[in-house]
Amino acid sequence: MNEPEFVRVLASIILASSPLIIAVCGETLTERAGVVNLSLDGTMLMAAMTGFVIALETDSVWFGFLAGAIIGMIFAAIVAFGSITLGKSAVAVGFVLTLLGDDLSAFLGQNYTRIPGPTVKHVGIPILENIPIIGPIFFDQDIVVYFAYILVAFSWWYLNRTQPGLRLRSSGERPDAAFARGISVNRLRYLYTIVGGSLVGIAGAAYSLDVKIGWSDGHTRGLGWIALAIVIFGGWSPIRGALGAILFGATKALATILQRTFPEVSVVAFNAIPWLLMIAVLVLVGSDITERLIMLAPQKMQPALRRWLRISPPMALGTTFVEK
Amino acid sequence: MNTKRIASALWPIVPILGALLFTSGLLLLFDASPLEAFQSMFKGSFGDQSKTLSVLAFWIPLTLCSLGLLITFTAGLWNIGVEGQIILGSIGASWIALKVHAPNAFLQITLELIVAMAAGALWAALSAILKTRGKVHEIFSGLALNNLAIILTNYLISGPWQPPEGGTFRGTTPFPDAALLPRFAESRFSPLSLVFLIIALVIVFVALRGTFWGLKLKALGKNPFSAFLLGVSSEKEVILAMMFCGALAGLGGAVRVLSWFDSLRQSISGGIGFLALLVVMLANYRLIWVPFIAFFFSAVLNGSITLQLRTQLHSSLGGILTGLLVLFVLLFGDPKALGLRRKKEEQNE
Amino acid sequence: MNIELREIRKYFDHVKANDGISLTLEAGKIYGLLGENGAGKSTLMKILSGYQPADSGEILLDDHTQHFSSPAQALSSGIGMLYQEPLDFPPFRIIDNYLLGRDNRIALDYKTVSAELNEYASRYNFSLDIGAFIDTLSLGERQQLELIRLLAGGAQVLILDEPTTGISAEQKQLLFSSMRKLAHDEGKIIILVSHKLDEVQELCDQAFVLRRGKLVGGSDLPCQNEKLVEMMFAQIPARSERTAMAQKELALELRDLTISTYRLTVSGINLNVCAGEIFGLAGLEGSGQELVLKACAGLLPSAHGKIILAGQDVTGWSYHRMQKADIAYVAAGRLEAGLVAGLSITEHVVLAQPEHTFFIDWKTSEQETLNRISDYQIVGTPDTNADQLSGGNQQRLLFALLKTPLKLLLMEHPTRGLDVRSTNWIWELLYNRREQGSAILFMSADLDEIVERSDRIAVFSGGVMSRIVDAKQTTVEELGHLIGGRE
Repeated sequence: MNEPEFVRVLASIILASSPLIIAVCGETLTERAGVVNLSLDGTMLMAAMTGFVIALETDSVWFGFLAGAIIGMIFAAIVAFGSITLGKSAVAVGFVLTLLGDDLSAFLGQNYTRIPGPTVKHVGIPILENIPIIGPIFFDQDIVVYFAYILVAFSWWYLNRTQPGLRLRSSGERPDAAFARGISVNRLRYLYTIVGGSLVGIAGAAYSLDVKIGWSDGHTRGLGWIALAIVIFGGWSPIRGALGAILFGATKALATILQRTFPEVSVVAFNAIPWLLMIAVLVLVGSDITERLIMLAPQKMQPALRRWLRISPPMALGTTFVEK
Repeated sequence: MNTKRIASALWPIVPILGALLFTSGLLLLFDASPLEAFQSMFKGSFGDQSKTLSVLAFWIPLTLCSLGLLITFTAGLWNIGVEGQIILGSIGASWIALKVHAPNAFLQITLELIVAMAAGALWAALSAILKTRGKVHEIFSGLALNNLAIILTNYLISGPWQPPEGGTFRGTTPFPDAALLPRFAESRFSPLSLVFLIIALVIVFVALRGTFWGLKLKALGKNPFSAFLLGVSSEKEVILAMMFCGALAGLGGAVRVLSWFDSLRQSISGGIGFLALLVVMLANYRLIWVPFIAFFFSAVLNGSITLQLRTQLHSSLGGILTGLLVLFVLLFGDPKALGLRRKKEEQNE
Repeated sequence: MNIELREIRKYFDHVKANDGISLTLEAGKIYGLLGENGAGKSTLMKILSGYQPADSGEILLDDHTQHFSSPAQALSSGIGMLYQEPLDFPPFRIIDNYLLGRDNRIALDYKTVSAELNEYASRYNFSLDIGAFIDTLSLGERQQLELIRLLAGGAQVLILDEPTTGISAEQKQLLFSSMRKLAHDEGKIIILVSHKLDEVQELCDQAFVLRRGKLVGGSDLPCQNEKLVEMMFAQIPARSERTAMAQKELALELRDLTISTYRLTVSGINLNVCAGEIFGLAGLEGSGQELVLKACAGLLPSAHGKIILAGQDVTGWSYHRMQKADIAYVAAGRLEAGLVAGLSITEHVVLAQPEHTFFIDWKTSEQETLNRISDYQIVGTPDTNADQLSGGNQQRLLFALLKTPLKLLLMEHPTRGLDVRSTNWIWELLYNRREQGSAILFMSADLDEIVERSDRIAVFSGGVMSRIVDAKQTTVEELGHLIGGRE
């Protein structure tokens, strides 16, 4: 493979990963507040369909994104309502919504399959796009990609350097202590579940408006589940989550490329790579291999390393908090 | 006459009505008459003998999987990987059907079923071991293994087991008649599979209510650490529970591939695994409800296929109806929970 | 500011936790709030600090009635409480923990806040590295941080709930000197909730004594300990006469045992317990006793050394293997670690049986359950779920599930949170076990229980075990010294 093609492939990986990055960011915020929104796959399907349809009908991608965000908020609100207010299992509610989203999107979108539609604009960033190699890959992209960059940076800053971010994290780590500090834990959990959901909805719309344009039955199927897994092996951090999403996109692209060069090795091996990788990384996350590696580093660096490579979930993730 | 008591007993109707209303609303959105649509669906399920038999044929593997999931839910597991276990069961049965020619049908079918159950159990064991040794949550290992099972199926269909006229990606070479389960009339329903279902029902009932193992699972599902302290080895029980479910799911897969179809197909599991999860949830994890709810699901989903043929409305309507039903019952189905909460708030004031 | 509590009442079902308590607190003084377990001290302070509302009664600050809806609101009115387990956030940095909830500005102002933190720290002689993470700090350091946070939040009243459990001797002195400064120099009110008479005598100006939800008296301090003890217990408890049952055979031998965890390493433990002996492990939370108990149960691996049970080397055996070898372990959290909420008493009995058949015979099991319910005086029926039982009955159930006979019984906090009747009954059951020849090794935070019930005692402090002491001949003071790390 020569250089221009190499650059093109990398650029397409970045583009294809962007919706995933956005979804991972959204779910990271939700889970850091202590809630698991398992409905991502269904949300993204519905948001992709709705986003495309609305964009088509209004001839504006922006309304499409708005529609996607609203869908995401609705699904997330149901999960929040079911788990926080009604005390039902968030996993159960999320799972049902996942399947419902699939069927609903197929039904409601049945008249819109395989139709072309509006797409997101492509904008090169001046100066930056001229940097050799890096430029065309990262800075000569569609707007969705830039949104993803900004979102990741903003999410990191919000979580780690702002008061509202501290409150979000406190709700997911120790809700009783947060409550004692005057923080309305359940109200925050509602808020961030819905905010996270809206981002997942935007991600779904981004897919049908930019990556795989149009709508078809089962268009984004599987992406939501992948996003959930990536939140985990990104260690609930926006930046590492984004890297995980790109890694996943890269393995898929790698599979396609290798297939061309080694056609005799069957399709199986290449398609299986991303899933095998997922299992391997999840095992790594759950094991103590990282801890053992950290122990090998000099004593002084260890606490810092432990911070950066921290992969444990928010302490109160998945628990319900009853405000007295 | 205690109005509260009556309301409480009749309450479950509310979410059911809600699901029907919502679905009707969707139909109206598409200029379809809800009454006609439901009628079509009913005709599609029970209109003539072959349709009813189809409902039964779909019902069998669905119930088998649901029974298996009762075991894993009791142990506190979310066995999302049940889809992959069905597929592996189908693959196992297909392998025997294509490669082994036993002297008589009895031996042939027995072998197919045993291998199917073993394959499903082993696939489930993978999830279980990843959980106990690798601390990977069964939702994600199940997800990955489901996809790997699909990839494996596609490989077999387009590769080593492809039909003689070349791969069309629809299915493998059809199995010899001797390998298939005996079917009733011209339908897809095999009465033999009903026998398996009844046996499975009894086994699961006894396992959960009357065995020490079932009690261990129950403790494990409610409080793993206390169960451990009481002597329950969670590692062993998780693996056994998953394998039990995998075996039943594999059996369901065998029934699919040996009676509903006559070869291994791409969508061999038909979404039955995920549906089974919904069935068990709607049944509130109680065995007595499972077969009936599974039957209802089967009727609705088969009916909606006919609906699509007749009215051009997408068959996913059936999935919407059943999904909404589960959602509304899950959220609003427990009047005590809704009422109690308000009572507690009043007490605290 | 001065505080008045008028007729505070708080009932939990039938328990009168606070039954009409009235008292006045003046600025510039340090008060001690005394009382045995369950007397109502914590409840009263939780009400005062806004954590829970009273059922009736009033709180007046400077003669104005107050209603607190949350601890944060109470703090803004000037009342702050330091809990035994500080309400902080282990994954946060010190500075983020301090900033949380401090104000409503969006961006975090590290510069101003660092200066503020350091200033407070130096005022009270606390040494802090504000970039450190909370989960790397010791309990004493976390306490200091929480104190600073409360003071910076405007606390004029500080309530300390059993603050000296789990901190070192130097940290305790530091805490006391800062309290004196806050009260006598800065005019704040300090309330020390404690059951440690010596500390209350040392630090406080005045004491209030609660017993069974009522205020039974008070005293200026210092005074005679007996005066306070009399009010707390209504009689001076003497260690009851009891014949020792210790036999010659060694049930348990620990040789040079070392257990290493991320937080704490316990090394060089040498300990023998005879059959029929009750051995008490005293010391502050987190000093290592629980590690020893868990290692003996096979729940923690030992890094070095040997565990020998009745002559057999069981080092490295798993928990289930130890269970089969007649070692039993009873954890402190009944519903979290031992009983299963949602399972009935019968189901527990069936599960706990060492031998079981494949199919459960429910009829026989129910009969067996009825026997145990009557033997152990459990208030409940075979179908009652474990979570529906009261604390005392849950503990009795845990006992009813134990194998008989046992070679070694390991217990964490056997009577925590139980009333006197349940406590005595539990110990009757334990004495029975002792007569059957079981060795009992237990830990407790209640020094009185340790002295009263044990035959011999060892004290843990900072992971180090003291010399072994004969319970008949020791005093609470001697143990207190050992806990403090002094010989």
